[in-house]
Amino acid sequence: MTTAVETTGRTVKLEIQRQDNANGSTRWEKFEVPYRPGMNVISALMFIQQNPVTAEGQKTSPVTWDMNCLEEVCGACSMVINGRPRQSCSTLIDQLEQPIRLEPMRTFPVVRDLQVDRSRMFNALKKVKAWVPIDGSYDLGEGPRLPERKRQWAYELSKCMTCGVCMEACPNVSEKSSFIGPAPLSQVRLFNTHPTGAMNKDERLEAIMGDGGLANCGNSQNCVAACPKGIPLTTSIASLNRSTTVQMFRNFFGSDHMVD
Amino acid sequence: MSKNREFYWRRLHSLLGIIPVGLFLVFHLSLNFTATAGEESYNNATGMMELVPHWLLLIVEWVVIYIPILFHGLYGIFIAFTATHNVKRFGTFRNWMFAIQRFTGVFLVIFIAWHIFQTRIQKALGAEVEFSMMEEIVANPWMLAFYIVGILSATFHLSNGIWSFLVSWGITQSSKSQKIASYVTMVFFVLLSIVGVAAILAFV
Repeated sequence: MTTAVETTGRTVKLEIQRQDNANGSTRWEKFEVPYRPGMNVISALMFIQQNPVTAEGQKTSPVTWDMNCLEEVCGACSMVINGRPRQSCSTLIDQLEQPIRLEPMRTFPVVRDLQVDRSRMFNALKKVKAWVPIDGSYDLGEGPRLPERKRQWAYELSKCMTCGVCMEACPNVSEKSSFIGPAPLSQVRLFNTHPTGAMNKDERLEAIMGDGGLANCGNSQNCVAACPKGIPLTTSIASLNRSTTVQMFRNFFGSDHMVD
Repeated sequence: MSKNREFYWRRLHSLLGIIPVGLFLVFHLSLNFTATAGEESYNNATGMMELVPHWLLLIVEWVVIYIPILFHGLYGIFIAFTATHNVKRFGTFRNWMFAIQRFTGVFLVIFIAWHIFQTRIQKALGAEVEFSMMEEIVANPWMLAFYIVGILSATFHLSNGIWSFLVSWGITQSSKSQKIASYVTMVFFVLLSIVGVAAILAFV
């Protein structure tokens, strides 16, 4: 199938930080791609993939990046665009200053070019038990209902797509510290709000009171400024600060009740 | 440090910064402020400390000042050096506060170490802590500048530290309450700085 490409004669200038493998050295390469109305960063990258030739006319390897849903829901295509971490699918060329500089999110291990390994985020979700346990050896029956107003509010927290933008923005997430970062913390607040999830809320609080947990937050509040989904990450963190304060006193002075 | 104790160390660090270290700073600067009323007034105020029995003063100094400030300072250096500053990319107010909090913290470890050497240790070696002691120190304009930067670092670090304390213990949660806390703590920073700087200038 061929699509009629509207040619305008204009071009888009890009500078991409390349890296051939996980431990490879980095280099910058310049590209120039034909402009089309409504282009996003990914469509420019797709053109380069089809024509891996630099602006100087030299043949190079196609640029590697991650993508999946193309509608800012999956979180896979995050990269640093003109210095800011964001999704390459929802970032439109028209809104960017040129040359457009693309870099990988270096807070994560780089696999190749713009592709990074976000495993630490998924490991963190496992660590904090970011799920509602519903499996048992017998039928557990229906759980308590979530009040509608609470559901609407919790929906905002559930928009997190583990894209890693908050991790890249956070000055305390790096190989220098074991901080799990803002995204998994906010998930603790989400699942501790859920009526069935709340049945294990002490376990999640204990998890984020461990090493590399909640207390590593330094309140720079970059996460909430960077989050593409507008999740109130710093409110979640402050709220968890209160919950863990209570949990801390409960652990020491408290009764034999685990949860309430 | 034993495993999984980081949360408690961090909370202790946050608490000690306010009580007793922060309270001590307010007390210390207020006492210095008596110098603005003249040499006699300052010597009378500091002379009050001599009324406390020496052994009690030593215990209070160690428990209320040296041990808490040593922990807060050393653990704070560890915290400061685990940060990767990015104010160039994220030039927001809070990110600047984050960075300045760490820079002032590291500077304060140096400043306070020097300050203790120049005053408390000299006292232990037999020098008299009185108006003329500070007068001689700040007669050197570089030393005066060093002290003014030190005082401003301390007042900033405490004021912004109160803001972080309120968040870290879960007292201010909403962005509105955090914003108001920013204003209140910054007003506190200005007022305490006026007290501190007026005091040091009184020795010039």
